[in-house]
Amino acid sequence: MTTTDTPRPDMAAPVYGDGRPSPHRTKLGDGLSPLRAVPMLPAALLLLAFMLGPILYSLYLAFTDSAIRGEGASDTSFVGLKNFTDAFADGDFWNSVVLTLVFTLISAVLGQNLLGISLALLMERAHRVVTFVVTSIVIAAWILPEVVAGYLLYTFFADEGSLNAILTSIGLPGQDLLFSAPIIAVSFANIWRGAAFSMLVYSAALSSVPGDVYESAALDGAGPVRRFVSVTVPLLRPAIATNLMLTTLQTLSVFGLIFIMTGGGPARQSQTLPLYMYEQAFSYGQLGYGTAVALLLLLIGALASIAYLRLLPEEDKR
Amino acid sequence: MTAAVQTPETRTTIDTAPRPAPRRRMTRAAGTATASNAVMIAIGIAFLVPLLWVVLASFDTEASLSVAWPERFSLGNYAAIWNAETTFRPLGNSLILCGGATVLTMVSAVLCAYPLSRYRFRAKRPLLLTIIFSTGLPITAIMIPVYSMFVQVNLIDSMGGAILFLGASALPYAIFLTKGFMDGVPLEIEESAWTEGSGVLRTLWSVVLPLMRSGLSVATIFTFVSMWGNFFVPFMLLLSPDKLPAAVTLYTFSSQYGQVAYGQLAAFSIFYSLPVVVLYLFLGRNLGQGFAAAGGVKG
Repeated sequence: MTTTDTPRPDMAAPVYGDGRPSPHRTKLGDGLSPLRAVPMLPAALLLLAFMLGPILYSLYLAFTDSAIRGEGASDTSFVGLKNFTDAFADGDFWNSVVLTLVFTLISAVLGQNLLGISLALLMERAHRVVTFVVTSIVIAAWILPEVVAGYLLYTFFADEGSLNAILTSIGLPGQDLLFSAPIIAVSFANIWRGAAFSMLVYSAALSSVPGDVYESAALDGAGPVRRFVSVTVPLLRPAIATNLMLTTLQTLSVFGLIFIMTGGGPARQSQTLPLYMYEQAFSYGQLGYGTAVALLLLLIGALASIAYLRLLPEEDKR
Repeated sequence: MTAAVQTPETRTTIDTAPRPAPRRRMTRAAGTATASNAVMIAIGIAFLVPLLWVVLASFDTEASLSVAWPERFSLGNYAAIWNAETTFRPLGNSLILCGGATVLTMVSAVLCAYPLSRYRFRAKRPLLLTIIFSTGLPITAIMIPVYSMFVQVNLIDSMGGAILFLGASALPYAIFLTKGFMDGVPLEIEESAWTEGSGVLRTLWSVVLPLMRSGLSVATIFTFVSMWGNFFVPFMLLLSPDKLPAAVTLYTFSSQYGQVAYGQLAAFSIFYSLPVVVLYLFLGRNLGQGFAAAGGVKG
């Protein structure tokens, strides 16, 4: 299950975008006639109804007092910006914003990315058997369903759990992260679960870096650190930007992992925005308010994406 | 070759066959390899502990929260959950939900990718960018409006409704992957079929798809696996206990009987995870393809 192999010869590497010189300008025809667009209909209908629809609907819902029960349920009315001003005035909302940022920073931006790139670099130097076994373990952690991962990491960090058993057996004091710093525990859980993704992205990107670049850098007298900083990192810049964006967006929307491990508690200490949103919308029945929070979550994701896109080299932005 | 001790191409020869290279370089390379091995093994052990717990606990009827070698290996946990209500119905529901949605997604994605890959039109670039951006849309953030819409059109607690939404939410990534793999199929082969008078759908089915079989299996497995692990969507859209997939019943597992039987929880987790693990083993070295795509996104 190693992933260092180059793509098989029968599968040409996928090419994205349509910026390449097209070999298409032949009999098959260039233009897209209405008839030729017909196959796109099922996808278009699904996306319009179930993706665009809810997005537009949320733009309406966020400005209403829609609720599961009570006044907003029977007679939903337009409340302007009230949901947003309510959120900005709510200490629990800001608590969730801070926790979301901490969670994303520790687990995605730092944890998954650094561990992923380290593993990708180590893979190229370690023994083949070691690489195979360790990458298989890391990938196994990644492919397990979210709920299973939640339970596994809960037992790992629990008071009577594996981590404390190991710490005690080597004479160290135990930890109670699930109570004292639950956001740290769920961040570690998210690193455990997500590191493989970054590892695979970086490993694929590294394998496309031609070896002779390193050779000439080495001939010029560049040491390993120097080569990493001035050769590898610039070459990996598109992969780093893309991966940062994907892991950030993925981490911003993590729900099940935290829901299973801590339920957002104790005392909201691990209640990130998705859990806050869920609580407001379903425990308290405030659908309109919950939707407004969801839009703010989307806004954070959009801002982060824009920041990462700026990291892309000029020629890739086009 | 002499100066390239640390390039990827030579890594496999470092530990097996010493080449007549300068001695100092060889020891440094060996040192790097040893250090790399040590660090990798340490990371591997840290990642392994929680996985070890679920495997060992599933064979231990006295399982605790901590990883421990069972005093007596027993299949008791598996026997305890070996019934329709606890195990087979949720897994069957998962199969209907995720299988149905995967078929929906992949058929729509292939049909949509063909014009995107083969024809030229002005809106193509914005369309592709929209698709790529929507792959990053956090589905969690639109679940409240989806729930609210589903309540209004009476699709809540309907397996069909959940399949439609799950299928649609996986579409952008599936189209993106499929279109990429389809671009890799040379047009010339298709043209000869074309000149022989085959229609678009027939060409797609009998010429293009067979040539992108390994890419298609990557996209299909990715789609299915991400749905299989999805908790939030069925948690929100399905309510009746007899419709819930394994992802949701695993959550209710612990609260159902009061005292949590960790051994049974572990055994159920193994059952539930097994299909995903098998699919990835099947995917094997093709797994890299999806990631070459993710790393090479250029927008």
